[in-house]
Amino acid sequence: MRSGGCDAIVIGAGIVGLACAEALSRDGMRVLVLDAGDVAGGATAAGMGHLVAMDGAPAQLALTSYSLRLWRDLMPGLPPRVELDSCGTLWIAEDPGQLVLLREKERLYAAASVRTEMLDAHELRRAEPELREGLAGALFVPDDAVIYAPTAALFLLHEAERKGAAVTQWCRVDEVLPNGVRCGGERLSAGIVVNAAGSSAPALTPSLPIVPRKGHLAITDRYPGFCRHQVVEIGYLADAHAMTQESVALNVQPRITGQVLIGSSRELVGWDGAINRSVLRRMLARAVSFMPSLARLSTIRSWTGFRPATRDGLPLIGPWERVPGLWIAAGHEGLGITTALATGRLLADAITGRSSELSLLPFAPSREM
Amino acid sequence: MRIFVDGRTVLVEEGTTLAAAMLNEGIDANRRSVRGQPRGPLCGMGICHECRVTVDGVPHRRGCMVVVREGLEVATSLHESR
Repeated sequence: MRSGGCDAIVIGAGIVGLACAEALSRDGMRVLVLDAGDVAGGATAAGMGHLVAMDGAPAQLALTSYSLRLWRDLMPGLPPRVELDSCGTLWIAEDPGQLVLLREKERLYAAASVRTEMLDAHELRRAEPELREGLAGALFVPDDAVIYAPTAALFLLHEAERKGAAVTQWCRVDEVLPNGVRCGGERLSAGIVVNAAGSSAPALTPSLPIVPRKGHLAITDRYPGFCRHQVVEIGYLADAHAMTQESVALNVQPRITGQVLIGSSRELVGWDGAINRSVLRRMLARAVSFMPSLARLSTIRSWTGFRPATRDGLPLIGPWERVPGLWIAAGHEGLGITTALATGRLLADAITGRSSELSLLPFAPSREM
Repeated sequence: MRIFVDGRTVLVEEGTTLAAAMLNEGIDANRRSVRGQPRGPLCGMGICHECRVTVDGVPHRRGCMVVVREGLEVATSLHESR
C-alpha cells in the first residue's frame, strides 16, 4: 500500500470506480483505488457489456446518450482485447401494439440526438435471419455497441495509472470515515472518498437505497454469424424498471468469437447467487421463442451476477453530505458499463466545481424515491 | 468407405474415428482458435474439444468421438473469415 498521501480514495475497482479514478486522475488528483477482491471482479465481469442508449426515464436517456458519446471518443484507442463490436441494437416489437411503443421510443431518441432506423417485418428478417416469422418490426439503434467489460475496465485502470493512480486489490475497506477510510486496521486519509462499491455500497454507507438484483446469463459455443446485432424485446425496458420478484426478458448478444450471450433475468432474492434452473429455463425459453434455432446451439456456461438497483432506476452520483468528503457513484443497475464514463466525468466535474454536461440533480444520492 | 471433408473425398476403413481418419489423410488441423491459429486433436478421447468439426450439418461435433460411416460430410472451420 502507498505510504504517501492521496487526494482521493475510490472504493470499488469495478468499471464505475475505475472510470471515476481515471477522471479524477485526469484532473491531477492522486487517486488510490481499493477493492475487497479482484479488479472488475463484481458486476462488471458478470454482465453483458452492452453499450446502449436507454430511455427508461429522461435522465437515463440523457446519461446513457452522453456516456455513449464518451465511449465513441475512446473507441479508436481501445485495444483488441476489449472486443469492441459496433453491431447496434435491435429493439423488437412482437405485434402492432408494441410498434406503437417503438414509435414513441423513436421519437424520444430523436429528441436526444440518438440515431435510429425503423425496420418493418421484412427488413427485420433480413437484418436478423434467425428471428422467427411474424414479428411486427424493430427499431435499429446503429450506434450502440458491445464490449468485453472486464478488459474495458482494465483499459480504464491503465489509463488511470498512466495519470498517477494506484490500485490495491484484496484490501477490504472496513469503514468510511470523515475524509478517509479504515482499511486493514489503518486509517487512510483523503480529502475525497468515493463509494463506488456497487451492490456492496450500502455496507459502507448504510442508508444508500441500493439492493442486489440478480441476473442469469448463458453463453454458447462459437456459431459465427448466428446473431448480428444485440437483440432486445421492447418489454425489456419495463422489466428493468419494475421491481418484481422474478422476471425474464429477451436480450441476446453476439460476441466477436461467434458465441451468443443469452439473457436476461431479474430477481430480488437477496444475495443468493446459485443458478436457479427454473429461472434459467424461463430465460432460455423466452430467447428461443424469438430465435427458434437457439435451441440447437450448445451452451457452454451459465452464471449469475447482481445488479446494484435503485427504486427509480437511476444511479446515485453526487455528494453524501452526512460524511465530510464522501461522494457516491453507485446503483447503476444494468447500465453500469454504458454509464461508467459519464459517471466519472460528472463526478469529477462536481468535485472540481466545473459546470457539466448534465445536471446531477436527478442522480442526487439523498433524493426521495 | 468414402467420407467428404471440406468437399474432398477421403477413403477410410470401417471403425476409424473421424479425427483419426483426418490425421491419417494428412489433415492436421480442423478448426481455428479465436485468434485464428490452426488447431488439431490433442487428447483423442473426448475431453479437450480441440477436434471439433461440423458433421452432417451439426457444428461442434468432436471428431474423436465420431466413428466414420459411408457418406459422412465433414466441414472444418479452417476457412471461416471470423
